[in-house]
Order: sequence, then C-alpha cells, then structure tokens
Amino acid sequence: MASRLWNWIDSRMPSIKEEWRKHAAEYYAPKNFNFWYFFGSLALLVLVIQIVSGIFLTMNYKPDANLAFGSVDYIMRDVPGGWIIRYIHSTGASAFFIVVYLHMFRAMLYGSHKEPRELVWIFGMLIYLTLMGEAFFGYLLPWGQMSYWGAQVIVNLFGTVPFIGPDLALWIRGDYVVSDATLNRFFALHVIAFPLVLLGLVVVHLLALHDVGSNNPDGVDIKKYQDASGRPLDGIPFHPYYTVKDLMGAVAFLAIFCFVMFFIPEVGGYFLEYNNFIPADPLKTPQHIAPVWYFTPYYSVLRAVPPLFHSQFPGVLAMGAAVLIPFFLPWLDRSPVRSIRYRGPYYKTALAVFVVAFLILGYLGTESTTVWGQFGFDAFFLDTKDRATWLARLCTVVYFLFFILMPWYTARDQVKPVPERVTH
Amino acid sequence: MNDQKKIDRTRRNLLVATSVVGGAASVGAATPFVVSMWPSERAKAAGAPVDVDLSRVGPGELAVIEWRGKPVWVLHRTKEMLDSLKAAEPKLTDPLSKASEQPPYATNEYRSLKPEIMVMEGVCTHLGCSPQLKSAEARAEMGADWPGGFYCPCHGSKFDYAGRVFRGAPAPTNLRVPPYTFVAEAGLVIGEDKETKGA
Amino acid sequence: MIVLLLAPLSGWAAEAGYRLDSSPHDPHDLISLQAGARTFVNYCLGCHGLESMRYGKLTDLGLTEAQIKDYLMFTADKVGEPIRTVMPRKESKSWFGVTPPDLSLAARARSADWLYTYLRAFYRDAKTVTGWNNAVFENVAMPHALWTLQGERAYDRESGKWTEIAKGIQSPPEYDATVRDLVNFLVYVGEPAATRRKVIGIVVLYVLAILFVFTYLLKKEYWKDVK
Repeated sequence: MASRLWNWIDSRMPSIKEEWRKHAAEYYAPKNFNFWYFFGSLALLVLVIQIVSGIFLTMNYKPDANLAFGSVDYIMRDVPGGWIIRYIHSTGASAFFIVVYLHMFRAMLYGSHKEPRELVWIFGMLIYLTLMGEAFFGYLLPWGQMSYWGAQVIVNLFGTVPFIGPDLALWIRGDYVVSDATLNRFFALHVIAFPLVLLGLVVVHLLALHDVGSNNPDGVDIKKYQDASGRPLDGIPFHPYYTVKDLMGAVAFLAIFCFVMFFIPEVGGYFLEYNNFIPADPLKTPQHIAPVWYFTPYYSVLRAVPPLFHSQFPGVLAMGAAVLIPFFLPWLDRSPVRSIRYRGPYYKTALAVFVVAFLILGYLGTESTTVWGQFGFDAFFLDTKDRATWLARLCTVVYFLFFILMPWYTARDQVKPVPERVTH
Repeated sequence: MNDQKKIDRTRRNLLVATSVVGGAASVGAATPFVVSMWPSERAKAAGAPVDVDLSRVGPGELAVIEWRGKPVWVLHRTKEMLDSLKAAEPKLTDPLSKASEQPPYATNEYRSLKPEIMVMEGVCTHLGCSPQLKSAEARAEMGADWPGGFYCPCHGSKFDYAGRVFRGAPAPTNLRVPPYTFVAEAGLVIGEDKETKGA
Repeated sequence: MIVLLLAPLSGWAAEAGYRLDSSPHDPHDLISLQAGARTFVNYCLGCHGLESMRYGKLTDLGLTEAQIKDYLMFTADKVGEPIRTVMPRKESKSWFGVTPPDLSLAARARSADWLYTYLRAFYRDAKTVTGWNNAVFENVAMPHALWTLQGERAYDRESGKWTEIAKGIQSPPEYDATVRDLVNFLVYVGEPAATRRKVIGIVVLYVLAILFVFTYLLKKEYWKDVK
C-alpha cells in the first residue's frame, strides 16, 4: 500500500525522485573523503539543531528589556525540560563555529576554493558572514551584562565610520543607547530574517557544489576518468556510502556535543559567560568586556590597531578587512596545484603560521590587553607598553601577509606532481 | 548468488538494528521538546487550589472566587433555595446531571457535598459568558413561575440554584462543578479533593 | 587547547586580588542543603530575594511541602509562589547605596569559591557607613549579616593579617560549616537541574556509544563495496 501511495505522488511530482537521484543516489562523490570531510554535513546538522531548539525557546522567551532575562531563567527552571533546550542552543551556537572553522580549514588544505569552485567558496563566505551576524544578534537576547555591553561596544564601532557613523549607530540601535528597541529588532533579525537568509545560502552553496562536483584530499578531478556510462571511476554514489558514513560521524559528534552539554555547559565561561548571569545594567560596565570566543580573533585585530587622528576607525577598517579578505582566496591562490599534499614548503609553512597566528589572536581577544604585563623599557614611539598588544599586532601582520603575499609564494612554490587518480 | 544474499541479509539486519537504537535515541531526543509544552511551574502555581473562608459567606450570599482564570461561585443556600430545587425539576433539561460535568460527590439531589454550600463554575455552558444571580423575587422580569436561580444575559440561558439548566435554553448542560473539599473550621478548598489533590 | 580552556580561570583570582578558598560543599548532601536553606531564610531573606525560585521546588532538598510551609515560607502564602524578599527596592537603594541584588544566579555569576571566601572575609572598619568591610569585595555596601555567628575580626590590607576582636556564637570550624551549607544551597538555587543534568548525561552518552557501534558497523559493511 505504501508503494501505491508513493506511485501516486511520484506520478504527480516526479521531481522528488529526480532531485533524490541528482543529489544523493546518483551524485558521484570522490571515494577518498577523509576526516576533514565530515564538517559540511555536521554544519547542516547543527543548523537544524539550532533551528529546532530555537523554535522551542521562542515559545517561552520574552523579547522585552524588562522580561527577557527573567524569561531565560523561567525556561531554565519552570518550563519542564527547558534547561535542556537552553543548553542545546547555547552549546550549539559555539559548536556551529567550531564546525564551520574546521570546514573552512578543509577548503584551505585541499584547495576546494580553487577553480571551478570559487562560487561555492563565495557562498560559503557569505554563510560565514551571515552566521556571525546571527550570533551577534542572538547574543543580545539573554539581556545579561555581557549581552548588553558587548552589543553596546560593537554598535559603537559602527559609530566610528566617518561622517555617517553616529547616525548609523543610532539607526541600528533605534535609540540613543542599546535598549528595548534594540532588543526587539535583534530578536526579529535573529529568529526570522537571518535564519531564512542562512537557509537560502546553504541551498545555493550545495547547488553550486553539486553542479561542479566535490573536491577531494588529492585535489584530483575525478570526472577526468569515467566508465562507459559516464560515471567517474573514482566516484561513489553519495547515497548510501556517504549517508552511512556521515551518520556515523554525526553520532560521534553528538556524543561530544552531549558530553559538553550535560557535564560542562559553561566550558569555563567560554560557551556561557559568567557575567551574563547578571541582568543587564546600563549604569554599570563590567570590568572586562570580551566578545564570545568565536569573534575574538577579529576583536584582537580591532584592538591591535592604534587610533589615528583620534579616531578608532582604522581599527574598525582593519577588523572588517580581516573578515573580508578571505573572500579573495580563490584569486590570491596562484598555485597550479590544489591539495596541500602536492604543494611545496612555502604554502605549508604559511598555512601553519597563519593558523598559529589566528589562534593566538583568538586567545588574546578573550583577555584584557594587560594580560601579559608591560615592557620594562620605554621608547617614545611606543604608544602602549602592553606586551599582549604588540603580540596581537605581530599576529595581525602575519594574518594579512598570509593573504597579501599569497600570489607571490604560491606561484613560486616547489610543487610535486599530482597523480591522475585518487590515492587515499 | 548465495554470498550476495548473505550480504543483503547482513545489511538488512544492521539497518534494522541501527534504526531501532537510532529510533529510541530520537524519541529520547524529542522528549524534552514535547515535554516543554506541558504547563510550566508558573502556570501550575497560578492554577493551584484556592482557599475560601466560608464564615464570610452568609446565608443567601454568593461569593465569586477566581480559580484557573475562571469565576467559581460559592453559594450559601437557604432552606427556601433548597426547596426550590424540587419545584424546578420538571422544567430542567438534565435534572439528574447525566450529561453534565461534575465530580461523583456532586451527582446527588443537591449537586454538592453539603446541601447548604453549592460550588460551581459561573461559566455558561453555551458560549462561556458569566450568568447573573436572579433570586425568586425577580418574578417581574423572569416570569411568574421563576423558582430562583441564574440568568445568562448573552443568549438567555437559565439555571437553578444547583446550576442545572432549564429547558428551552441554548445552553446544553448544567454548570460545571470543579473538584473541591472542605477543611476544618469553615474552610473550603476549590481545585482539590481526595482524588485530584493538586491536579 | 588546554591553555585556552584554563585561561579564564586566572581571571577570577586576578580580579578579586584576594586568594579564593576552594568551597568544600557537596551538592549531594541533602542535610547540608537543608541547613543552607534555613540559614538563608533566617539571615539573608530580609534583604535578598531568590525570585526565580519557588518555595515548592525545595522539595528537591528532601523536604515535604508541610515542612517548607512551617519552617521556611516566610514571605508567601502559597507554596507555589517565588521566594521574594520583603525589602522594598527603591528605599533600599537610598539606604545602602545599591539595592541588595537577587541571589538566584549569584553562584553562577560569581562562583562558589568566591561566595565561600566572601562570606568569611568580613571585617570591622570604622570608616564605612555600615561599619563593615570585606577583604574580597572592597567597600561592599553589605554589612556582615552573619556576624553574630562568626564574631568580629579586624583585617590589615597591607599585611593580609586577620585579628579577632570578639567571638561569635559559632567556632571558626562551625562557622565555616554554616557558610559551606549556605553556599551549597546557593549553588543549588543557581541551577536546580544540575545533579539531574549529570545523571541524564550519563544515560545519553551510553545510548550514543551503543548507537555509534551500530552506525560504525553499518558503515564498515557498506564500505566493503568500495575498493
């Protein structure tokens, strides 16, 4: 009887079967996907987790400055099972960024940003940007001290733009300081606008990928060698092989996710900041404001740039540039070879140094600029003696040089011969 | 061919086993979401039983108590009011409360635990308006044979002093009786009795 | 990675400037929790509320509703009501300079170690409005609510030396135990679901481990096809 029902539907909407064939049962993916290839499907899983947990949170959350903080505590205590849903959402937010950063790193390892997949990379970068916006808007909603002051600081950054800055900040806030008006509009953006944009971008990201076919750890084009029916010799249908493998990956991921969620949901204050358990107080700034960990690399860049002509705008520009420069990766990377397996020592070193610099910038962004003390000596050109700030400046330079010098060192790198068929 | 059948059987078994464990895990994962939609502690606290001090409800008086957002009537019935119940019987739609909602102890002739105290929801069973008390003296507006009771202004339903609906009214059943119990020294608790403690 | 995880812990001690003692509370000790609840309603509820907590929830501590009503419920009529303080908000601001904060989440915002040290670090200071100061929280607006129990002490910030002025009803180990129980109670109030969360977590991880075994076997079986 089930097959009769299916035939009735299929005869009226053949595109269901068509799309299934095109994107799963007959989408030929390279057979040598490794550990780094789990993170795409995991990102999709986390998106679903966030949407579902978000919907149920919205059933009890109140987007009003007087009620918001209390409503989160209401969810934690009075709503049956509410604390689980809250922790799912808070853990999921950080998990999303961990997964996305590892997913982007895979691209840099295997050249998935290179021709013909530049558009996949562009859509991916747009997803990343949208995700940052989504996280920023969402973070204000609990209306804790960190929520409030973090939003205040970041919106004030927009106020440093020359000429239009103050009006721009006023327009974003809907008020003279972050207030109920800001909370309400951030709620609308976080719950409806940005999730819709994210979903749309994920769809086109996958469509663009499937149109050209997936890359692989060897960077080899599997469509080059096909069998009599036009199927790539080194390809296997996504379903059942990768559905079954990604299922296994998802379960392992969920085990780690649940470990964090049930045993260390705060993660030492990184996933749930201590100051955010205090209701927002516009009259009292916490001693130490830091953005959530996934924004800290860019926050470090912002703080590292000294003010110019009494304006903080150069720092803001640098931070924006740091976020946007990866967009150009497909055109900065002049290597004839995709995968790091066949690249030379220049790229390998550059990538390693870039990762270290990014991590250091991330760590420094969680701390105050005085965390490593001051230099003992004095020099007139030192606008600050904080050791941490100078390290952040060094790492910022490294970060930008990785991209700026890339056309030069990728063209001159000693590459190795790329095999014709996939190896492992 | 035999090997292929074995492979297929292994695959099917593994698929079934994985689906069973996966299905159980999914039910577990869905549980907090489904459970979260039940009334919260705040809703349960707001819907908690209400205490009434009966010493403040004199004979013939009607007290209106809010319970779970609804008006609950506590009527201290006089002897005349109780006598009128018999007189009203032939004119009632459901005199024995067979189709109406009330706890088992409210199915007797008085529809209450104690004859002189009547507890019922002041919500018309037609479309939810709250009827008004119309005593036997109101014969001028209610008609010569009005035994006394309640009149709903929205669509004209009439009820007697035990909340039983008169024939000819749009309301189909008698007024609901909530769970209630008496506690020592002229005390009444609405919303709680031996069976439904705290329900 | 470990460095990144441990890094924020340095923030606590550094911020306070005063070395924090490790709180010895045991979240599974119901007697300790009940004692803490009693200390709270007797010494703290006059100024500080626990408005996110309902009286009835304290059955978690092994108490019956009747016991809660008789011994703990000072500021409500019904057991389903929140644990409110009676201190008026506006007036208390003018009296103390700051409204005594609600303590529902104090243990999560400050940490148990901070609370445990703070409550044992009050000292006499003639220069403050209340006559009290605190080594962990300098110039705090709060007086030493538990001074009858601990007694009075003096503290020298330069040398870090404590001197006893007058004894309290409790000996130092007794007082430490009282504070430990109070902190235990506040930690519980901060997250009542904490112990349940860990129990459920163990079950979930077991189920996922079993599920992983099956999905792994399933993957291996299908991937036999792929050479």
